[in-house]
Order: sequence, then structure tokens, then C-alpha cells
Amino acid sequence: MRRPAFPMTTVLKLNGLSKRFGPVIANDDVSLTLNKGEVLALLGENGAGKTTLMNMLFGHYLPDSGSIEVADEAGVLQPLPLGHPQVALAAGVGMVHQHFTLAENISALDNITLGSEPLFALRRNRRAARRRIEAIIAQSGLTAPLDTPVGRLSVGERQRVEILKALYRDARILVLDEPTAVLTPQEADTLFENIRMMTAEGLSVIFISHKLREVLAFSDRIAVLRHGRKVGEMATSEADEASIARMMVGAETPELVGAAMVPGVPVLTLSGISVTGRSKRDTLSGVDLTVHAHEILGIAGVSGNGQSGLANVISGLMQPEQGLIKVNGSEIDTPSPVAMVRAGVGRIPEDRHREGIVGAMSVAENMVIERLDDPDVQSRGLLRREAIDDNADRLAKAYDVRGPGVEAPARLLSGGNIQKLILARVFDRSPRLILANQPTRGLDMGAAAEVGRRLLEARERGAGVVLISEDLDEILGLADRIMVIRDGELHEAPSRDREQIGLMMAGEPV
Amino acid sequence: MMDILNILLSESFWAASLRIATPLIFGVLGALICERAGVLNLGIEGIFVVGAMCGWMAVWLGAGLWGGVLVAALAGAFFGLLHAILTVPLGLSQHVSGLGITLFATSVSYYTYRTALPNVSSPPRIEPFQPLDLPILSDLPFLGSVLFQQTALTWLALLMVVVVWYVMNRTALGVALQAVGDNPDSVDAQGLSVYGLRIGAIVAGSALMALGGAFLTMSAFDAFFFGMVNGRGWVCIALVIFASWRPGKALLGALLFGAFDALQVRLQTEIGALVPGQVFLMAPYILSIIALVVAARSADYPRALLTPWFKGQR
Repeated sequence: MRRPAFPMTTVLKLNGLSKRFGPVIANDDVSLTLNKGEVLALLGENGAGKTTLMNMLFGHYLPDSGSIEVADEAGVLQPLPLGHPQVALAAGVGMVHQHFTLAENISALDNITLGSEPLFALRRNRRAARRRIEAIIAQSGLTAPLDTPVGRLSVGERQRVEILKALYRDARILVLDEPTAVLTPQEADTLFENIRMMTAEGLSVIFISHKLREVLAFSDRIAVLRHGRKVGEMATSEADEASIARMMVGAETPELVGAAMVPGVPVLTLSGISVTGRSKRDTLSGVDLTVHAHEILGIAGVSGNGQSGLANVISGLMQPEQGLIKVNGSEIDTPSPVAMVRAGVGRIPEDRHREGIVGAMSVAENMVIERLDDPDVQSRGLLRREAIDDNADRLAKAYDVRGPGVEAPARLLSGGNIQKLILARVFDRSPRLILANQPTRGLDMGAAAEVGRRLLEARERGAGVVLISEDLDEILGLADRIMVIRDGELHEAPSRDREQIGLMMAGEPV
Repeated sequence: MMDILNILLSESFWAASLRIATPLIFGVLGALICERAGVLNLGIEGIFVVGAMCGWMAVWLGAGLWGGVLVAALAGAFFGLLHAILTVPLGLSQHVSGLGITLFATSVSYYTYRTALPNVSSPPRIEPFQPLDLPILSDLPFLGSVLFQQTALTWLALLMVVVVWYVMNRTALGVALQAVGDNPDSVDAQGLSVYGLRIGAIVAGSALMALGGAFLTMSAFDAFFFGMVNGRGWVCIALVIFASWRPGKALLGALLFGAFDALQVRLQTEIGALVPGQVFLMAPYILSIIALVVAARSADYPRALLTPWFKGQR
């Protein structure tokens, strides 16, 4: 815990902000203050109203009632005209969205200077811009290659570019929406070190997160939202994990513990699998891996080190150039998605919106989309609508899929409910092998715990699970065995030590 | 074989290639600007017709040649604005709107032409642009007769390649245009107007397309007649992909197509007795399909191409 470096001067005041979307109350009379040089953590489940609140601050949404005051350069609070992102930017509010708002075909430098140069000038002063950015980098420690197209940067680098963008615009208040969701533990630590350097210079930070561990370690103050209301606010030094979790969820969350189990027969064997992908993310070299029944194998690694390739091979989307795939003891000669589904592989894809569902099709249709040739679903080529709807009603109930109904297009569901839809589709078939790629990314605690519970349940039933995750806590909590993927190679982790696995992920000799 | 070699080495062949390529250069650059900003403009074929008709008619009604060029560009910009309003703030299907613009613009042009000249049997002629004869330079061997047989509009086209390249790669505006075609949110988050950039790009791109049409009636020929655009707009849409949305490669693509076309005309006279003429007419299109198949495999599409963007929606 650190001491505030500045006398308590308030730089931001949200006064009684309320926002409704139709019948839904997204924010109900929320008030917050932020002090200079402070890190305020905004905690809450998905749908608790954190992002709506920040979008009102940034002018993306117009509040129904309430007001906002932001300190000007002299430190005097001034009312902020609402509903204008331009005005918020000019007032020194910078926001780093969870989904990066970067153009990938232009360089980091161009992304940073975008919008702050006169559009119709015949020449650009890139040299001056570069000097300024380099000064900001020196002050904040946020390093990123400035001349490479952003599409070729790592996720961590892209995030640093996002923050640099805000700092380049002279942000005095920085809002970070789930900044660590896509980072390795080490990258997250670096980010927080950088944040500290910046707050020492007088920057004030609000960061939105679900991860209690990092909130406790890095914030000065914590505010908790639930169902659109502020339900608690405290100094971090007075908070502990159990009490915040209770405040967020409104009830105790059960600890996930898998019963001790003896691994059974191998359900998936990969031997000597090599794939040359289009990029590093889907390239594998000589991967050996075995998953047994009653076993969860955790694959830890920094994103983009071959996880996509591994997932694509196991789900049959990519044919390996070399190597052997065995599912349930029988070799798969020509891997294809259909062959893998038939062999008993259940797939929870990484990008649930794009690879998990067909957004324009109904929830009910999405629930049977992997088994369209099943006699339950069709007879003589015609879909059995009633059976499909009955199936959907049953699964929606069993897996608590909430939304505007099973007839509605799947894209209308929230992220958590889309994941529940996918879980329902996968687990209902009782697959022998489950491939779960980043299954809890972007989910709140309740939904993430549900995913973990289902995976443990499948393990108990006798399935083997490949759990690919960038969240080391998740792997440590669920996996029986841990392997680390790095540059397309897979290595068994010698222990369950956080530090050691983190170093292996970073490619350092252990 | 010798025949082909002779053709390829002749000055008139290269001069013809450049002439045929000129309207395509305008068209590809125009389509490139629109698509870089994230909007496909299938109105191009109709905008060519509008440019051809308006440029010619302005001169026929007494305007100067450059006045005609200006009128053509403004007419193209007008139809571009129509396409922009439909596809950018209203977010309608870019395919449907573009094809609609082509049908509308083509028909309006023919209608206007017929209304203005109800009773002519042969199209009235204007005095078109003449080749720029520059002293000394024109006397250069080979290059002199290839380059300096061209009219001012060809020179304008070549100049526009440089201008578009410079704007795209060296100015803040170009960077913003590239960004808006890749991820409009990036532009919006930095306080720039997505709609403004896209509408501006479509209007400017469409004005360039219209110049391609104007070249046909004011330089290549000296009159306006039906069907004279003859698919050149569609060729440009294909060439943009071949060019990977880069002005330099756009010039190359247009020249290649021009060369194929010039070659087929000459081959027809050389060995036309052996092969039906239609085969030669097809050749440039077949070759551009082949070039496209090769180039499109590795094409790096602007990521936001065809995707409408609405304020406040993520």
C-alpha cells in the first residue's frame, strides 16, 4: 500500500448520476469522487453499470439526471457539459476501452497523433510528435514500437499505445476498462508499475476490474457497484477479498474445489504436431500432449504463442502438417470440425461472438447447430422446429440462459449468456473431451464460477478437459496438470509456482 | 512471336496503352479513396457516364474545356454525395446503393442527353483536348512520342496518382482516412468525425471517377454516345483489389490493363483471320481476372470495408 503523494485535492466529482435504457436502470443515483494522484478501483459484476457510468463521464451517453465536475488545469472543479466526448477529452478525461479503439493498418505514432493534428495541413510534424511521445514514454514507462503498424503489435503493446493516446491528449484523469483482461501476470504487473509512475506525476486513475487480487494489490480506494447502485466504498487498506466479493455479488460465492481423482484412459493424444500458420498465433512445432479422462489440463501462456493453433488443431479447423491426433484411442486421419465433433470433442471457442454462435440465427437454432444431422433435430432434411424449441427451452432452463427468449437472435444475448448458450450446447452432448479456450474471458465472477463448476462437473463425469487460458489464477484453480505454451512449443510446468510459470510464459530459462 | 515483339517495341503501342489506361487511372484512384475510407462505391460505372455526358455537354453548350472538366467533377461529386448519404449516416447496403446509383446516374445522363438533343442522328462533336506538344521533350526518342502524344487529362491523371499517394501517406488527413476504413471507433475515440471523413472521401473519390468519364468524351473521343463507358467502372473496382489499395500499384494495374487492351487490338489485325475477334475482346478481362485471383489471395482489405458505423454503438 502506498501513501497518496498529493494533498487531497478532488479532480473529479460525479453527482447523483442516473441512466435508464428503456425499463432497465443502468445507473441509479451514483456519486463518486476521485482525488489527484489516486487509483480508484471500480468493481462490480457484468451489468452492474460500471461501463455505463464511465461512458457518461466520457460523454458517450447522456445521463438522465445528475452532474459531473472536473478540475481544470488550475485544479478548480468546473461543471462538465454532458454528452460530448470532445468536451470530455478537452477537459482532460482519457478513456481506454476494453475493446481497443486502434486502427491496425497505421503505426502506433499515427494512432496516437490521430485527431490532434490539423487535418488539412500539407505537412505533418511527425518529428515534434515523436519527441513528445518519447518524453511521455520516458515519464510513464509505457514502451511500444512507434513505427510498426499496430496490427503487428502484441496485446500488451496495443494497450500501452491506448494509454499513450490518452496521455498525449494531456489526460489528467485516466479511465481503464478492465485493463488486465488481456495481459499476462507479468505484463499486468508492469502496467501497474507504469500506473504508479504516472500517478506520482499527478495523474488520477479509475480502473474497472473483476479481479479482486489486483484490485487489493494496486488501488488506493475501492467503490463497488451492484445493479446500478453504489453499494460500498472503502479504502483498500480496510478491504479484504471476502467482504468485497460479498458486496459485489450480494451473496457468498462458493469456492471451487475439484474432488481428488485418478486420471483414467487417455482421451486425447497429440504427438509431434506441427503446423505452420499464417502468424505466430497459430503456429505449432512438435507438440506432444495427452489428456486423460477425469483430468483438466491447463495450458498457460501469453496470448499469441500458438494457443489458436492448438485450439484449431483440436477442434479440426486446421490440419497439422505433421503428427498424429488420437481421440478416445482412435486415430483421426483427416481432421475436420465434423470429424472432431463426431469423435466426441466439445468446443468452447475463444471468440464466442464470432466463432461460438451465428448471431443472426435464433438461440434455439444455435443450440443445435453442431448436430444438424441428428434425427432429434431433423427428419428427411427438414428441421423439426418443435423438437428444436423444446430442446432450447430445456437447455435455457438448465443452464440459466437469460435473454429475450429462445426465438430471438443469439447476438442479442449478453456475453455471459452467450457463453452459457455455448456451455449448454457443449455439455448437453456429454463430450469425452472438452476444449475450453479462454472460457471465462470477459465474464463476471458469477458467470466465470459457473464455467468452472461445469468444467469440474464434466471432469467428474469422466471427460478430459483442455483448458487454454491467459488467466493464471484460473488455471491454478482448476487444472490438475499445467503445461506452458511458448513460441508454438508446449512444455510441462515443473511445479504450480506462479512465479516459475510466469517466467516460463515469458520464455526465460527456469 | 516476332509480331508480338514488334508490337511491344512500338511507340504507338505504348502511347495507346497509356491513353487507354487514363480513364482507369482516374477510376481506380477514385474507388481507392472510397474503399480506403471503408465504403465500396459501385456507383462508379454510372458516375463515369455522368462525367462523360456532363463534361461533353458543358463544352458543347459553350464552356471551355477545363470548365467542362470542372462540371464533370461536380456532377460526379453530386452522385457521390448521394451514395454517401445513403451508405454513411443511413448505413444502407453499399452494394444496393451503389448499383442503384449506377442505374440512376446512367439513365439520368441518357435522358438529359436525349432531352437536350431530341433530333440528332449523329452525335454532335466538340473540339477535344489536343496532345500537349512540349518543345524539346517531345523530340526525345521513344519516350517523347509515348508521353508527349498525350493530352492534358492524361497528365492530370498521372499527377493525381502522386497527389493521392502524398495525401494518403504524408498528411494527417490520409492517416485519418486509412484509420476510418480500418476501425472507425479509433477515429471517433480521438474526436474526429467518422461521417465527415467518409462522406468527404466518397465525394472526392466520385469526382475523380467522373473525370475518368470526362476523359472519354473530351480527350479520347469528341462526342458522347450510348454505351461508351462499356464496363470501365467495373474494371476499376477489380483493379483496386489488384492494387491492394495503393496508388502506385493502381497506376501499374491500369497500365497493365491498358497494355492488354492495346495489344489485343493490334493482335486482331495481325492474326485476326485465325482466331475470332471476340477472343481478343475478352482477353483483357480474362487476364484481369487471372491477375485478380493471384492478387486477391493476399489482399489486405480495409477491415471496416462494407461495415456501416453508427455513433454510440460498439
